Amino acid sequence: MSDTKKFLLDGKPVVFQDGQTILEAARQAGHYIPHLCWHPDFPAHGSCKLCIVKVGGRHVSSCAMPAKEGMEVESNTPEMNGERRALLQMLFVEGNHFCPSCEKSGNCQLQALAYDLEMLSAHFNHFYPNRPVDASHPDVLLDFNRCIFCELCVRASRDIDGKNIFALTDRGIHKHLVVNAESGRLADTDFAASDRAANICPVGVILHKRQGFARPIGERDYDAKPISVVAMEEVEK
Amino acid sequence: MFELETASQTDNLRRVAIDPVSRVEGHGKVTLLLDDHNQVQQVRLHIVEFRGFEKFIQGRPYWEVPVMVQRLCGICPVSHHLAASKALDLVVGAVSITPTAEKMRRLMHYGQMLQSHALHFFHLSSPDLLFGFDSDVGQRNIVGVAAAHPEVAKQGILLRKFGQEVIRVTSGKRIHGTGAVPGGVNKALDPADRAMLLQDVEQMIVWSRDAVHLTKRLHTSNPALYDQFGLFRSNLFSLVRADGALDFYHGHLRLRDGDGKVLLDGVDYQNYHHLLTEEVKSWSYMKFPYVTAMGREQGWYKVGPLARVQNCDFIPSPLAEIERREFMDHGQGGLVHAPLAYHWARMIEMLHAAEVIKELLADDDLLGDDLMSCGDRRREGVGVIEAPRGTLIHHYQVDEDDLVTMANLIVSTTHNNQAMNEAVRQVARQYLNGREITEGLLNHIEVAIRAFDPCLSCATHALGQMPLTVELLDGSGRLLDRRVKG
Repeated sequence: MSDTKKFLLDGKPVVFQDGQTILEAARQAGHYIPHLCWHPDFPAHGSCKLCIVKVGGRHVSSCAMPAKEGMEVESNTPEMNGERRALLQMLFVEGNHFCPSCEKSGNCQLQALAYDLEMLSAHFNHFYPNRPVDASHPDVLLDFNRCIFCELCVRASRDIDGKNIFALTDRGIHKHLVVNAESGRLADTDFAASDRAANICPVGVILHKRQGFARPIGERDYDAKPISVVAMEEVEK
Repeated sequence: MFELETASQTDNLRRVAIDPVSRVEGHGKVTLLLDDHNQVQQVRLHIVEFRGFEKFIQGRPYWEVPVMVQRLCGICPVSHHLAASKALDLVVGAVSITPTAEKMRRLMHYGQMLQSHALHFFHLSSPDLLFGFDSDVGQRNIVGVAAAHPEVAKQGILLRKFGQEVIRVTSGKRIHGTGAVPGGVNKALDPADRAMLLQDVEQMIVWSRDAVHLTKRLHTSNPALYDQFGLFRSNLFSLVRADGALDFYHGHLRLRDGDGKVLLDGVDYQNYHHLLTEEVKSWSYMKFPYVTAMGREQGWYKVGPLARVQNCDFIPSPLAEIERREFMDHGQGGLVHAPLAYHWARMIEMLHAAEVIKELLADDDLLGDDLMSCGDRRREGVGVIEAPRGTLIHHYQVDEDDLVTMANLIVSTTHNNQAMNEAVRQVARQYLNGREITEGLLNHIEVAIRAFDPCLSCATHALGQMPLTVELLDGSGRLLDRRVKG
């Protein structure tokens, strides 16, 4: 008898190893589950909830839920994608996301997911928060308007760069990203454009200055293929 | 004080409003005040939208500006894209850009001139010109043109499509692309796209020349109408190339008076703010620019095709130059000021744009890989371009952190504000005085406005489906009559 362990993802068997989460096993098997705060180089964070799936009638974060033998997981279903769409709509209205003039457009995971999940409107009332940009650093611009609180920059700066430059502060609806300096300005830290934290933002918060729109339309990450395809091609690489 | 701008007293005058003006880009309205004998006492073209771009650009990184400001307009976004890029070239120290970058921008811009002029003439204005100003309102639209003159409508649509394809291959999208960046461009031309455009460009030149001949026939067959309708005289203002040639992308400023005498020439547009003053009037969101030294009553001018074609010394493409000379001959030694001649001049420019596109497509510099330039950073830059509707000025100041601190935009239609008001007043004198007001008569007012191809908001455009409401009120404001179309 084979000791290969499997679970069912949308009715298809997925092989996994002990310790893998549903998302990791699905990804390894070539199945895309949407996500924003999850990154292969970091432990699961479970904050964006885009990777939500249904297991045994319960909603769980697939990035954090260990795969188990015989599980029946629903992911690419109208119900789950509808919930993801609602989560995206909330992310869009909580910040100021003006895709038409955003230099991350075409390379932005939030925008790409909204396209892929057919988010046609914001649905909810916009909050229009007041979040001034921080342009103090000579090489990197921070546009807090677009932050989705994935904490990838926080984790990368702390765990890889060893600098601990970013943090989330306040709670609930007032939560926002801050720079860990007495002045609050990025220029007053030892942040560098080569830091991992400067190159991990899935949206358009942390931007290399003076490079906006350098990649022409047609050559951006999600111009030719949806994020569900691009993400799996990255796994194959 | 301009005649008919403000009535000496408004008591007991009847108010008629054309709101909104249709088949123009954006939203505007015309108000007329009439006395008991239907004599026009006051006429105003109002711009009723407030946009706020100059304010919300402040605090944004400068490299975002060329993409953001083009959202001012869905018809000629390339103009704003390139005027902003030219201003910000100076901020990044790119006093001159590479041949590939300049030619890609020129190709994009001339593609835009072609598509915008085609849209205006065929889709928005040809219904008036082909059917008559007070013809059946049900027919007076592009659908009516397609039914009665299918070949004309087809050519208009395909000319516009070709221009938009030129924009797509140079900026990535037909509307709101990203081709130009401060210091250059982000892509060269793909050889396959060049081959695709070369297949059709000759046909575009033929159709553009046909359109010039159509407008010329309209003028010569009915000079009493075309040469007199809304006629007023004014100065002319535009960019011209260093050698005096017509150039839509770059040059210096030239001002000519109504008799054809050059008043100012070789003006570096970096100093535009010493040249021009923008007057604010309480009844319109659109400012009234004038040449400061000449004062508000003498210093206003018109811009756009009618100004450009007569302000330049020659057009640097053979077929359009032949047409320009015929156009100048029509003035019999003087300038042509008739507002309806805008259409004729506009089609000459469309022909020129098609010829330039053909010439550019043969240039291998478009396929080069040297796309960007830079130099010593500056804190300020002015970019000026000849947009389809006229001279477009973008001016930015940028701080040491790369954020925009000041933006001033003078868009083409703003320059024509006084001119459009004058044309509307002249039509009111010619056609409305003493007559019962009808939809057809009111359309005469709109025909005069349309001649200038105004982009009233630089954002949206109506195609005749917007309602026109006219209300007649007595001196006490009581509603006497109301008509609605659309």
